[in-house]
Amino acid sequence: MNIIVCVKQVPGTNEVKINKETNTIIREGVEAIINPFDEYAIEEGVRIKEKTGGKVTVISMGIPKVADLLKETIAVGVDEAVLLSDRAFAGADTLATSYALSMGIKALGEYDLIICGKQATDGDTAQVGPSLAEKLNIPHTTYVRKIEEIKDGYIRCQRLTDDGYEVIEMPLPAVITVVKEINEPRLPSIKGKLKAKKTEVKILTADDIGADKDRCGLKGSPTQVIKTFVPEHNVVAEMIEGTAEEQAKKLAQKLLSMQFMKAR
Amino acid sequence: MNYFLTEEQQMIKELAARIADEKIAPVAIEYDIEGKFPHDIIKYLADSDLCGVYIEEKYGGLGGGVFEMALVVEELSRACGGIALAFAGTGLGTFPIILFGSEEQKQKYLPDIAAGKKLAAFGLTEANAGSDAAGIQTTAVLDGDHYVLNGTKQWITNGGEADVYTVIACTNREKGARGFSAFIVEKGTPGFSFGKKEDKMGIRASSTRELIFENCRIPKENLLAREGMGFIVAMKTLDRTRPGVAAQALGIATGALNAALKYSRERIQFNQPISSFQAVQHMLADMAIQIEAARALVYQTCRHIDSGAKNISKESAMAKVFASDTAMKVTIDAVQILGGYGYMKEYPVEKMMRDAKITQIYEGTNQIQRNVIALELIKELSSK
Repeated sequence: MNIIVCVKQVPGTNEVKINKETNTIIREGVEAIINPFDEYAIEEGVRIKEKTGGKVTVISMGIPKVADLLKETIAVGVDEAVLLSDRAFAGADTLATSYALSMGIKALGEYDLIICGKQATDGDTAQVGPSLAEKLNIPHTTYVRKIEEIKDGYIRCQRLTDDGYEVIEMPLPAVITVVKEINEPRLPSIKGKLKAKKTEVKILTADDIGADKDRCGLKGSPTQVIKTFVPEHNVVAEMIEGTAEEQAKKLAQKLLSMQFMKAR
Repeated sequence: MNYFLTEEQQMIKELAARIADEKIAPVAIEYDIEGKFPHDIIKYLADSDLCGVYIEEKYGGLGGGVFEMALVVEELSRACGGIALAFAGTGLGTFPIILFGSEEQKQKYLPDIAAGKKLAAFGLTEANAGSDAAGIQTTAVLDGDHYVLNGTKQWITNGGEADVYTVIACTNREKGARGFSAFIVEKGTPGFSFGKKEDKMGIRASSTRELIFENCRIPKENLLAREGMGFIVAMKTLDRTRPGVAAQALGIATGALNAALKYSRERIQFNQPISSFQAVQHMLADMAIQIEAARALVYQTCRHIDSGAKNISKESAMAKVFASDTAMKVTIDAVQILGGYGYMKEYPVEKMMRDAKITQIYEGTNQIQRNVIALELIKELSSK
């Protein structure tokens, strides 16, 4: 099976800093890593390849330096790395990003499955995966926690929901976005690292993939960031302790005192 | 300090460090308390190609030497000296095959060890033959196409868990030190069993057991080198694995310094972190000085050995003594800096202090090492 995994470079920290003037993420001076959720996507791609044969290609859009990060994926079993890099791609929102990725993927040729992480840890939008599927006109499933079966032209997977999971069948090719429950990403191997060192990352420009520059980067991005802030959580939670019986009693008393229910 | 590692050595060190930090450190105390053997950690090492760093490429290894082995042991030991021993003990059991094995023996055993599918162990020590290895009672008698082994080996690292055992036994009592021979014995051979698992002070994630041979028949081709070479096999092997013990000690000491340093910045007494007190600062400085000196000696000794030098006993003994004495001193000081917390299992340093002690004892006590060093000094002088 030919599997394409989309990855994104994100700042390697939990404390993402925002430039207050442009409202964009400050990337200078912060170590860049592969978006952690994309690591699960890569691992799942490599596992499918190990079972069914074929190859795994990672694709990303970003500055030329991202090529170094893409190389590292070779050490965990990826076969090819492709980077879309062009000034025309700069400043892209999720719409322009998914457009560029879709054009890049079309330029790569035949594929069976595209895997993305559920979201990136910097922007947290979770939009690029589904948007990419729409651009390619293929089905998608988000938050996949397990692939139950995959074969020629068919996939059945479990989609994580708030209170359990759904089982979804789709024809292939398709896009899935994965959650961390799906696997435990492997560590690189020394032989893989040595192979990675020798691997060339293929760099493609907007012209190479035949992309319309008006739909790329800042030009192709209708999103304008006006303000970035962490929403305030006004929910006050109180944990009730004790045995189940004691907890029930205390909860009932609480609800009575707050007049959410009446004593009979 | 820049030790000018090659790119591949740097990769090996970084990957081993990652396994130590991500996979070993979180479980080290649990494995210690339960005395659990680290099969799952071996799997990580295997998948990362680290099990074969010191094995030739044609047998599936990475083609490194004693230095590469030591780098892995050091990093793993930073997180747990006991878990690291599953790897280091395999090195000890494998070096006799690397150094003295025939092509057939290498083909048969090294690929599985390099791939991490099999562990190895070395059987030399007996109840009455420790520092005085010439007191070995285990015998091997040739009977047709087989050698028949009888006797009991004691305190064997990886005992019961390893698949491949290199064992020293007496083949001719009259020839003294030249009457010993080395054999490869596979787990599962009839007549080969294991005694009780020892309940140890430290390195508790490591398995230490007796190897019991009762009319254990092994094929004649499992003899390593020639009859009578056993003592030489053992000594040449230990010359190459003592830097591994040194690296284990170095890793434990480094882990202890890191823990003490971190704690000294967090612990507030008299309204300031204890790291602001000169008494603590001097302890930390002394720990760091000794560790760096030990590292320089261990690394240089490894390079000396890997360069193909002939006489390595003295250097190898020096590295082992210095690094292990350092580990003992540094871990004691680390416990002291952490004070009451240092004495509790909740913090990692009490375990490091227990783990450090063995490095002064096994693969030749530090007293025996000093004998080796002094004898070499005298020999060098008299040969001038």
